Amino acid sequence: MSPKVRQKKVPIAEQKPEERIRNFDEVCLGYTMEEAIEEGMRCLQCKNAPCVAGCPVTIDIPGFIKALREGNIDESWKILKNATNLPAVCGRVCPQETQCEGVCTLGRGKDFEPVAIGKLERFVADWKASSGDAPAPAVRRGEPKGKVAIVGSGPAGLTAAGDLAKMGYRVKVYEALHEPGGVLMYGIPEFRLPKTIVRREIENIKLLGVEVEVDTAVGRSVTIEELRSEYDAVFIGTGAGTPRFIGIPGTTLNGVYSASEFLTRVNLMHAYRFPEYDTPIKRLKNVVVVGGGNVAMDAARSALRLGAERVTVAYRRTQAEMPARVEEYHHAVEEGIEFRWLTNPVEYVGDERGWVKAVRCIRMELGEPDESGRRRPIPVQGSEFLLEADGAIEAIGQGSNKVLLDAFPELKLNRHGYIVADPETGATSVEGVFAGGDIVTGAATVILAMGAGKNVAKAIDEYISAKRLRAASR
Amino acid sequence: MHTILEKKLIAPNEYDMWVEAPKVASHAKPGQFVVVRPTSKGERIPLTIADYDLKRGSIRFIFQAVGKTTHQMARFEVGDSLSDVLGPLGRPSEIKKWGTVMLVGGGVGIAALFPILRELKRVGNYTITVLGGRSSELVIMKDECRRYSDELIITTDDGSEGIKGVVTEGMKVASEGRKINQAWAIGPTIMMKFASLAAKEMGIPIWVSLNPIMVDGTGMCGGCRVEVGGEVRFACVDGPEFDGWAVNWDVLMRRLQQYKDEEKLSLEQYMAEVESAL
Ligand SMILES: Cc1cc2nc3c(=O)[nH]c(=O)nc-3n(C[C@H](O)[C@H](O)[C@H](O)COP(=O)(O)OP(=O)(O)OC[C@H]3O[C@@H](n4cnc5c(N)ncnc54)[C@H](O)[C@@H]3O)c2cc1C
Ligand SMILES: Cc1cc2nc3c(=O)[nH]c(=O)nc-3n(C[C@H](O)[C@H](O)[C@H](O)COP(=O)(O)OP(=O)(O)OC[C@H]3O[C@@H](n4cnc5c(N)ncnc54)[C@H](O)[C@@H]3O)c2cc1C
Ligand code: SF4
Ligand code: SF4
Ligand code: FES
Repeated sequence: MSPKVRQKKVPIAEQKPEERIRNFDEVCLGYTMEEAIEEGMRCLQCKNAPCVAGCPVTIDIPGFIKALREGNIDESWKILKNATNLPAVCGRVCPQETQCEGVCTLGRGKDFEPVAIGKLERFVADWKASSGDAPAPAVRRGEPKGKVAIVGSGPAGLTAAGDLAKMGYRVKVYEALHEPGGVLMYGIPEFRLPKTIVRREIENIKLLGVEVEVDTAVGRSVTIEELRSEYDAVFIGTGAGTPRFIGIPGTTLNGVYSASEFLTRVNLMHAYRFPEYDTPIKRLKNVVVVGGGNVAMDAARSALRLGAERVTVAYRRTQAEMPARVEEYHHAVEEGIEFRWLTNPVEYVGDERGWVKAVRCIRMELGEPDESGRRRPIPVQGSEFLLEADGAIEAIGQGSNKVLLDAFPELKLNRHGYIVADPETGATSVEGVFAGGDIVTGAATVILAMGAGKNVAKAIDEYISAKRLRAASR
Repeated sequence: MHTILEKKLIAPNEYDMWVEAPKVASHAKPGQFVVVRPTSKGERIPLTIADYDLKRGSIRFIFQAVGKTTHQMARFEVGDSLSDVLGPLGRPSEIKKWGTVMLVGGGVGIAALFPILRELKRVGNYTITVLGGRSSELVIMKDECRRYSDELIITTDDGSEGIKGVVTEGMKVASEGRKINQAWAIGPTIMMKFASLAAKEMGIPIWVSLNPIMVDGTGMCGGCRVEVGGEVRFACVDGPEFDGWAVNWDVLMRRLQQYKDEEKLSLEQYMAEVESAL
């Protein structure tokens, strides 16, 4: 490898741990232009570009980095825009270590780190946004090619909406909550993904002509039959938002939260600014968070920022099996979050007022690999112990959102309660109804949901075009 | 935007409001509720749909000013708009011909009871309505309920109208010597608890409409969980109506207390703001 290439990523500015644990501002401050160009110089411009194959939306990574390091940010941004409607978001929240950066050639070299692809992507998107020149709206003139309804405004729905609008469709997005964005708005905290950025990306999608109607629960406020008769096709991207509970004794005690409730209060409802905003959140002192994914990290770090003195993450496997993004785990450790590996709660213990006062846990050991390929945790008999806590947050996973599914029994679901859809086209068991994102795959990632939105948009275009052709030739 | 079309004070601290919400009006059924967020910094609170008007595309709710959000809504006037109204949410009541039904209402719960009563009457049930309150002026919607009730019994704690006593006294009178096929009780939690206990004693199946603290109202947060028959259920999507015999009332009442300190602070601060603005 060329000796001129630096081994490590160009360091990036971050808020110091002791400062950031008491505010909700973004942790990572991003590269300057000079730093971004210096980091971009590390890219080897590989002919085979394995990084591109590692990206679920196949961004031309060497291409956008080349334009960036030549100082041509506009060009760089255009290359990103060709593949993704949400570059500022992906650059921040993708699990890069298992995707683009995980297969980067540079990272293969001994003692070399991969190119900081995500950080560069984010840099270009932010730079473009702050440069002030609003992206030219690509509004099409003339008759729309057809009408499409999108249910749910998470990354899957927004991506499908943006792509279909670009193709010349009239698109309307229906969202149950009062703000669009899905998990980007209600789940992922401000300190990882500022909401102004999510709003900005959504504004860009609206500039393409996409209409967004909030406060509309499809299946309740409007039925799927009504949508099917009004639109040529319907896309369902309602996500996996139903919190699961372990189901141990004490689940209904005060102070026991699902991560979904805790994070929704904090993010969507701005409870961290209570009483300026009306929605309250408990300021807990000693919190136990159960789980090992991004959701657990977000809940733990939010609790800390709300003023907790001690936050412990209890995870039933070990660090090696933890599904959270590596960067978030490191940030959590820096911030003083404690980790208890091989630990699982068995009961929430309440005080006389019905508030949780401790979590009874049991130690686990790893046995044979299970269906996920990870070694199955098994409780160690007689190893129970108490962790004191005035709050407990469960982040053990989510199931499919039911509001629509309950009202649409014709739609075929799999045994886990997710929609059965063609993996290529998103076609469901009902004609003209397509689905993608977490509601099909189960809780996954932003970029996979976007990838699904993209593929389904293409399939919807083909479906409507074919239908039009058939009608015209009749 | 959800413009307020009518607003009336119908009892001390209780307001009757009609609000523009065409999508809700055209899909609402008895027993369902909406989530309202009055301002852009506001909380999302659930309110039962007390009535709906298809022609005008509007819905009605009746609410009691208890905390910051409801006090703030009480200060809204005709022509003002609520930021957000989402619905209809929750499972509708089971409307069918049961035979003889008994509908027990207390406080603002009477508003939630009213559309259920009307539909039950319309499909041919014999309807006995028991309305209770601390005093006569707090028993709301008497005339509207009378129109759809074959029998109407009123109870007041202070004896200012009807039977002196609580609603369970009225339930006894109503069920005296006859078979009641199904009952409903909607009102303050403590009232629903005792109505359920009484109904169980009398062997009458009873629906109650639970009112835990909610956030989204779409099954996404689990904050509204209640315990029914030993199982954890989400009131916003599995309810709000549940079998009154099986509800764990202590859990519900305890969970309603979760934010007491914060609610107090919020209300005090709001009242101080209102006063300094005057
Ligand atoms: C706390 C948290 C942290 C995460 N962190 C990361 C991360 O760092 N990196 C990463 O890649 N992924 C992360 N994820 C996962 C990622 O956010 C999801 O995989 C992704 O958002 C799924 O997108 P989606 O469009 O399928 O659904 P969602 O984002 O869930 O959006 C679905 C939308 O549909 C709406 N909806 C549901 N039902 C209806 C209806 N009937 N009518 C109208 N609207 C409806 C919902 O209100 C919601 O807004 C995280 C998830 C959570 C919860
Ligand atoms: C399905 C359902 C239907 C309801 N219908 C009606 C109705 O028709 N008329 C009516 O007057 N009230 C109704 N309520 C109760 C109403 O939602 C609360 O009175 C209101 O939320 C209080 O808000 P606040 O800010 O004014 O008071 P706060 O000071 O915040 O709270 C006062 C009390 O109200 C309850 N409460 C607080 N926040 C919520 C919340 N987000 N969700 C539910 N309860 C909460 C708690 O018990 C609290 O102690 C209903 C509740 C539910 C769950
Ligand atoms: S979208 Fe995600 S996976 Fe693709 S290049 Fe960007 S950070 Fe990597
Ligand atoms: S694999 Fe790494 S070094 Fe090669 S083109 Fe992609 S980012 Fe550049
Ligand atoms: S209110 Fe959130 S799940 Fe019921």
